[in-house]
Amino acid sequence: MALKASALKVGDSHSECVVENLSRTQIVQYAGVSGDYNPLHTDEVYTTQVAGYPSVFAHGMLTMGLTSKMLTNYVGDGRLTKFGVRFTNQVWPGDTLTSTATVEAIREEGGQMLADLKLSTVNQDGKEVVSGSATARIDA
Amino acid sequence: MAKITFPVEATHIMMFARAIGDTNPVYHDAEAAKKSEVGGVIAPPSFAQAVAQFDPEYHLRPKPGQKWFGSGKTPSGVEGKPASSGGLHAEQHYEYIRPLRPGDVLTAETNPGKVWERESKRAGKLTFRERVTEYRDQNGELVMIARGVGVTTERPVDQG
Repeated sequence: MALKASALKVGDSHSECVVENLSRTQIVQYAGVSGDYNPLHTDEVYTTQVAGYPSVFAHGMLTMGLTSKMLTNYVGDGRLTKFGVRFTNQVWPGDTLTSTATVEAIREEGGQMLADLKLSTVNQDGKEVVSGSATARIDA
Repeated sequence: MAKITFPVEATHIMMFARAIGDTNPVYHDAEAAKKSEVGGVIAPPSFAQAVAQFDPEYHLRPKPGQKWFGSGKTPSGVEGKPASSGGLHAEQHYEYIRPLRPGDVLTAETNPGKVWERESKRAGKLTFRERVTEYRDQNGELVMIARGVGVTTERPVDQG
């Protein structure tokens, strides 16, 4: 299921809706599994009354994980050599996120074909919440 | 910074995949994973974030007998907690040498990287701090490098 260099071209892209109507419960799930119990993500009372935000919001790393789901569905399992993101806007309960990978380069390095990808995850208003890049090993 | 021992476990991988809504069998079904290209269960690309579970001093986990800054009887369990937003995650980057697998016992060693500042309209003065973590496996082989950037804001990020 890996990508093939012969069938891939610069500008090709893949998009997926990675979460619809993000629940506070899913954010709690991520807190529990990652071990990051920062109340900003799970404690509405603290976050609104002490920290001064309108509501709890998702861990950036949850959004990275959601983005990675689209990415590995596209490039295949165990294919990444690099994956990096910047968190550009917060993600809130109720958000619906769509992630896109776009091929920026197809190249060879030491006999291995690689694809460089540009990544973007946007919310339901089209606001970018994650921008990033990745490199994946692809087949010839 | 102290080294952290991070045992990679199948159940933890399954729960992590659930939390990110990823139903790919390669994260939870050993039989299906065996037949796949990777030959067994692997961890999702951002799984190493869960290394926090194995840091005995991790500051964002409540500990018995210690005051917690989240709400209880009052909006914060710590008096005089400034109404700042505290730290946020600005960037995260991974370089992979090989996928992480159940049974791996990783050693994570984190070192501070660059520090820089920037003014922002939405949150005042921003201070960025980089941390670089090298993950080595039970054979001492480097398997992954993580570079995280945290940001401390002067005030909560304006949503306007």
